[in-house]
Amino acid sequence: MTGKQKKTLIRIIVSAVLLAAARLFPFEGWKSLAVYAAPYAVIGWDVLWRAVRNIIHGQVFDENFLMALATVGALATGEYPEAVAVMLFYQIGELFQSCAVGKSRKSIASLMDIRPDYANIEKDGQLVQTDPEEIAVGDIIIVKPGEKIPLDGIVTEGKSTADTSALTGESVPKTIYEGSDVISGCINQSGLIKVRVTKPFGESTVAKILDLVENASSKKARAENFISKFARVYTPVVVIAALLLAAVPPLITGGNWSEWIHRALIFLVISCPCALVISVPLSFFGGIGGASRSGILVKGGNYLEALAAAEIVVFDKTGTLTKGVFNVTAVHSDDISESRLIELAAYAESYSVHPIAKSITEAYGKDIDRDRIASSQELSGKGVKAVIDGAEVCAGNGKLMDEIGVSWRPCHHTGTTVHVAVDGEYAGHLVISDEIKETSAQAVADLKAKGISKTVMLTGDSKETGEDTAGKLGIDQVCTQLLPAGKVEEVEKLLKEKSAKGRLVFVGDGINDAPVLSRADIGIAMGAMGSDAAIEAADVVLMDDDPRKIAKAIDISRKTLRIVRQNIVFALGVKLAVLLLGALGMANMWEAVFADVGVSVIAIINAMRAMKLSK
Amino acid sequence: MKKVFRLENLDCANCAQKMENGIKKLEGVQDCTVSFMSQKMTLTADDGSFDEIVKKAVKLCRKIEPDCVIVLK
Repeated sequence: MTGKQKKTLIRIIVSAVLLAAARLFPFEGWKSLAVYAAPYAVIGWDVLWRAVRNIIHGQVFDENFLMALATVGALATGEYPEAVAVMLFYQIGELFQSCAVGKSRKSIASLMDIRPDYANIEKDGQLVQTDPEEIAVGDIIIVKPGEKIPLDGIVTEGKSTADTSALTGESVPKTIYEGSDVISGCINQSGLIKVRVTKPFGESTVAKILDLVENASSKKARAENFISKFARVYTPVVVIAALLLAAVPPLITGGNWSEWIHRALIFLVISCPCALVISVPLSFFGGIGGASRSGILVKGGNYLEALAAAEIVVFDKTGTLTKGVFNVTAVHSDDISESRLIELAAYAESYSVHPIAKSITEAYGKDIDRDRIASSQELSGKGVKAVIDGAEVCAGNGKLMDEIGVSWRPCHHTGTTVHVAVDGEYAGHLVISDEIKETSAQAVADLKAKGISKTVMLTGDSKETGEDTAGKLGIDQVCTQLLPAGKVEEVEKLLKEKSAKGRLVFVGDGINDAPVLSRADIGIAMGAMGSDAAIEAADVVLMDDDPRKIAKAIDISRKTLRIVRQNIVFALGVKLAVLLLGALGMANMWEAVFADVGVSVIAIINAMRAMKLSK
Repeated sequence: MKKVFRLENLDCANCAQKMENGIKKLEGVQDCTVSFMSQKMTLTADDGSFDEIVKKAVKLCRKIEPDCVIVLK
C-alpha cells in the first residue's frame, strides 16, 4: 500500500468507529445531525473539497461532484446514517480499486522485466558496473552467471547456457560458446562469458521489445474506443434522468418530494462509468502483457482484438513452416553403402560453395582430407566432376548423368536430387530439401481446432515440392512458383474471398515479405529476434520460430475479448438493474454504491485474468 | 513530433479519458493517447508549436485532475 492508500485506510477506520458510536445515541433533529457530521467530515472532506475545486475549473460531471451531491442530498433529506455509510462505502471501494489497479500494474510490469540495469566492463583489471547506454559497439562486456545479458553481441570467451524464456517463452536454455550470437534480455546461467557488443543499447533487442510493448497501449482496440465514447454520454444521460426523476413525478402526482429526491440521488451514485473505463483497457493491457510473456509481441490492442476474428491464415513456406535450411533428407545408394555414397558426394562437392553442396558436406559431418582429391571441376548448372582416391566421381543432376552416359533413375521424394556416378557407373542419389519444422503440422491442426476456416501456403518453390509440403501439413490451399509480387496478389484475392467480419492473417519470417505483412489484416513475423525489418512491418511479432504460437496468440486474443465482453455486460447489467430498481423505489443507496465501486472492483479482478496464461 | 510523457498520480481512469479527449481538441495536436494503465501520455503534434502545446496540455490536465502531474523531461 502506498502512503496515500494507508491514510485513506486510517480515515475509513476512524469514520467507521465514529459512525458506530453515533448510532448509540438516538438523538433527534440537529443533535443527530451533529453526531453524524463528525464521521461524515472525516471520510468525505476530500471528496467535497475536490468537488468544489473541480466546479471552479468547470468540471461538472465529475465523480467527486456526483458523490458529494448524492451524500449532501441524503443529509438534506434527513438520511444522516445513510449519507455517512454511502461515503464510507465509496471510499472503501475506491481504496480497493486503487490497490487492485496498483497490483495489476505491478504484475504486468514484472512480466516485462527484461530491462538490464548495468553492464560489467573491465577497467584496470577491475570489473566496473556501467550503464548499458554508455557502452559502445566493439566494447567487451563481462556477464557473470545469473546476470542479464545487457546488450546484443558475440561471445568472445567462455561457455554457458542462456535462459531466453523472458523473451521467447521457451524454457529450454540455449547453449552458447565462443562465436555464438547472444541477445540482450536473456539470462546467462552457468558460466562467465565475455561478449563483444555489436549494437548500441538503443538498437538492441531488449530496447526494441520494451519500446514496442510500451507503445502497445497507445493503439486502442475498437472496444476501448466504444467505451470511451459511451462514457462521454453515459454520465450526462444518467444525471439528466436523475433531475427528471426528482422533479417530474412529484409535480405530476403531487407526491412526496423527499422520496423522489432520494431515488434521484441513487441515480447520481451510479452515474460514474469507472468500472468500464478501467477494466476494458486493463484487460487488453493484461492480454498484451501475458502474450509477451510467451514470446508473442502484439503491437496494440487493436491487433489483439482483430486476431480473435482470424478466418484465413496464410503462411509463407520457407522459414515459416520449414526451417529454411537445406538438409539431406534421403540417401538411396545402389551397390555401395549409404555412408560411402555420402562420403563420395561430400568429397566431390567439397570445393563448391553452393548451398546444396554445403548441406551435403554437413550431412557427411567429418573433416574433408583434401589430399584425397586429385582434381575437382565445377560444371555450372549440372554439378561437379572430381577425382577422389583415383576414381572419377560425378555428382550432379540428370543432365550431368546424361552427358556422361550414365543411366539414372528419378527419385520419388520431392526436393532436389543429386545423382552420383563412380567411374561411369551409377552409384545412387541424395535428396536435398528444406526440412519441415517439427511443430508445423501441429500448428496447422491447432488452427483448425480454433475454427480457422482456411489455411493457405504461398511459396516460390516448384509445384511438386509445394504440394508435397502442404499435403504433409494438412494445408487447404497452395499457391506455388510465386514471385514476391505474386504473393501480394494472392493475398488480395484471399482478402476478397473472406467474410466481412473475418480477418486474414499472414505469417512470414519477415525476410522479403514486408509488403505482404502490411497488406494482410494482421501480419505476423516470426523468428524475429534481431530482424529489424520484420519488427517494423509486422503487427504481431513472434520472438522464436515456433508456428504453434499463432494458435496461442489467437487463444490469448479470444480470452481477452471474452473477458472484455463479460465486463461490459456485467457492469452495464448491474448498473441498469440498479437504476431501474432505484427508479421504482426498490433499491437503496447501499446497492447503488455496490453498482458503482463494487462492480469496478469485480471487473478489475476479472480483467486481471487476461494476463494469466493458460498452459 | 512524437513524445511520451510520464504521468504521476493519475488515479482516475475517467479523468485520463477526459484529458485525452481534451488534448486531442487542442490546435496543432495530431494525436494523443493517455494510458491510465501505463501512466503515460503519448503526444503527436506540430514541431513548431510543440512546447506551446505541451504547456496547454499541462494546464488542461491540471484543470481536469489537479492531483495529476505531467512529468516534463
